[in-house]
Amino acid sequence: MHQAAIELIGINKSFGAVHANRDINLEVRRGTVHGIIGENGAGKSTLMSILYGFYQADSGEIRVNGEPTAIRTSNDAIAAGIGMVHQHFMLVENFSVLENVILGAEGAPLLKTSIAKARSELRRLESEYGLEVDPDAIVEELPVGLQQRVEILKALYRGAEILILDEPTGVLTPAEADHLFRILGQLKEQGKTVVLITHKLREIMAITDTVSVMRQGTMVATRRTTETTVEELAELMVGRRVLLRVVKDAAEAGAVKLSVKNLSVKDQRGVTMVDDVSFDLRAGEIVGIAGVAGNGQSELLETIAGSRHAASGTVILDGMPVDLTGAADPGELRRRGLAHVPEDRHHVGLVLAFEENQNAILGYHRQRRYLKGPLLNIEAILADAKDRIEKYDIRPADCRLKTANFSGGNQQKIVLAREMEQDPDVLIVGQPTRGVDVGAIEFIHKRLIAMRDAGKAVLLVSVELDEIRSLSDRILVMFDGRIVGERGSDASEGELGLLMAGVEQREAAE
Amino acid sequence: MDVFIAAVQTLDSTVRLSVPLLLACLAGLYSERAGIFDIGLEGKMLVGAFAGATAAAVFHSALIGIGMAILVSTAFAMIHGFASITHRGNQIVSGVAINFIAAGSTVILGQAWFHQGGRTPALSAAERFPSIVLPGAAAVRDVPILGPIYSTLISGHSVLVYLAFLTVPFTWWVLYRTRFGLRLRAVGENPAAVDTAGISVAWLRYRALMCTGVLTGVAGAYLSMVQNGGFVKDMTAGKGYIALAALIFAKWKPVNAMFACLLFGFLEALSIRLQGTPLPIIGRVSAQVMQALPYVLTVVLLAGFIGKAIPPKAGGVPYVKER
Repeated sequence: MHQAAIELIGINKSFGAVHANRDINLEVRRGTVHGIIGENGAGKSTLMSILYGFYQADSGEIRVNGEPTAIRTSNDAIAAGIGMVHQHFMLVENFSVLENVILGAEGAPLLKTSIAKARSELRRLESEYGLEVDPDAIVEELPVGLQQRVEILKALYRGAEILILDEPTGVLTPAEADHLFRILGQLKEQGKTVVLITHKLREIMAITDTVSVMRQGTMVATRRTTETTVEELAELMVGRRVLLRVVKDAAEAGAVKLSVKNLSVKDQRGVTMVDDVSFDLRAGEIVGIAGVAGNGQSELLETIAGSRHAASGTVILDGMPVDLTGAADPGELRRRGLAHVPEDRHHVGLVLAFEENQNAILGYHRQRRYLKGPLLNIEAILADAKDRIEKYDIRPADCRLKTANFSGGNQQKIVLAREMEQDPDVLIVGQPTRGVDVGAIEFIHKRLIAMRDAGKAVLLVSVELDEIRSLSDRILVMFDGRIVGERGSDASEGELGLLMAGVEQREAAE
Repeated sequence: MDVFIAAVQTLDSTVRLSVPLLLACLAGLYSERAGIFDIGLEGKMLVGAFAGATAAAVFHSALIGIGMAILVSTAFAMIHGFASITHRGNQIVSGVAINFIAAGSTVILGQAWFHQGGRTPALSAAERFPSIVLPGAAAVRDVPILGPIYSTLISGHSVLVYLAFLTVPFTWWVLYRTRFGLRLRAVGENPAAVDTAGISVAWLRYRALMCTGVLTGVAGAYLSMVQNGGFVKDMTAGKGYIALAALIFAKWKPVNAMFACLLFGFLEALSIRLQGTPLPIIGRVSAQVMQALPYVLTVVLLAGFIGKAIPPKAGGVPYVKER
């Protein structure tokens, strides 16, 4: 049998003026895990979409098991034994697991027989690969890790020999990611071929056999994973040397700037999301809040920022209490020197349909320097926007461009620039580098450290444990709405992981 | 006993009046479950009614009439599909356009062909659908209570009435027990999932709209060939919109849809029944107020009693592969 499961030869693809894939050659060997890394917009997803029949290449050839194969639709790809796990799951959320698995592969016009067949097949896959999931569960009620498993099951049910995973760990907790890697390992042992698209270098090193690096639409290198280093890969991805480690001095914590006392928050259904949380944030330090997504960090952040109201407790900003009864007015908090970088930049941080310069002043647009009587002072706004684009290296450097047309990293820089340039005393930041490239991460981390060194108090919430560990001076771990532990920046990943999983708490209770 | 007979008669007209609503509502269910909003139910019913009455009058055949009703109504559904699926146009705009075209063209063509002020010629009994008298209806007529219920309420309706009510379990079966139904529900929730599963989103949605066209055609034929002996200008009188309201009220489920339509049919029957009858306490109420009652209650019901109605997630959004 031919050794290469997939060969891509001379693939080209353009979207209008953008040359997303330029003369791509790639060989993926059977029975290996092959990583493809690159920054956002490097063309990884486009390439895989071509392989899965979602787009068609302008030129080039695809060979599956040595045979030239025309893949015009997803059906062709499925027939050739290629399955894909998309970054945004392609699941029907109010369907059961079974219904999702058989969708498009029902076999017969009536569902009864196909459901029975799928049920027994799922049981087989479950035991063979450790892919346990309740076939009758409704997908939207499953945690993301299990939803992803349904996606993998979908592909395997269709007889996929080659599995493509697009940024599979972006939404997973560390424990879920580990489980995924074990599953991928089992798939490999059974002779399946796995293509893993990611921009996380650690994953590449942990699980792949071979790694290919893409940059600006071209394939710049392919390496055996054992023969390369994180530093080399980062350099290949970005095209210059990248500092992966955050360099910082010890913190010089000053006066308490933000004090949270016995804060509890309930969500719309009345479920307690933040449960009796107390902590102090001092000038000149970064306090990181670690935790698996959904353990109350988001609600805590939103309450402090004034966009959600508290059930009980107090928040004291610079010695003065914040009104938590109604939703505190975020504008008032801004004027009092609290800046907020929201977790969800697309829905909360930015108006994507606005021009960049408009987003650059959003929330601060009532300041006198942006006004000319009742009207906006457009020149002043544009001047400020241009200034920040330069200072924060936002690309493309066009402040009249629609914000939706910037990449994720640059959008994040727009939000950070807006909030940091107000010179706040307290900066609260949610998921500063979610979906952001290596190069931009480095920049954002440097900026946060610079804020700290300038004597600002920074509260950081992130699901990226690495980020929390490398930036924070103190780490608070949240589990199930409570702060279950405080550690120094030298805490080990394992120790924090246990706290995040609520393990220590449970043991103490027993 | 008079009260009892009056109640049975009101329920009997409830059944008759809810049939066009039910057919239109199920028609809307197929398209909306597939993610296509269809505000043009009204227009498709209207062209169906016109085409049915015209063809029946010209060819002297009820079957040719309903066949033509289905054909023309489905053609209009395909126009909606062409605009909103193939060209990803705004589904509301397309639906409104269909309603306008239907309202205008039926009157103009009716006047040009028959010169009766937009009406079509009155249909003879042979050109309309016969009523079906169920076995034993005459025999049990005089049995107290059950007799009138069986002979008036259950027996003696047009074949289309029975067809309409059989469409309810059929639609349920299609939706929840067949491959087509599974895909239909999926494409209304997440078309990208359907696309990546190797199924054509466009073709699936077109087929859903065909179901819609067929059902609105039958609904129209019922109006002009059963309820009425010919086409009258604007004879749908907002039934397409009421059907949409019933669809939301029914949370896009077939059996619920039947009950919702029966409720709206009942309100209409009641308002007809009570016209001119003095009410206790209030006294005599003008006919216009009674006629407005079902619509007022529609608003009240939808605003207050519906609970959380979650529409198909992809409803109204043209499917574009993401870049």
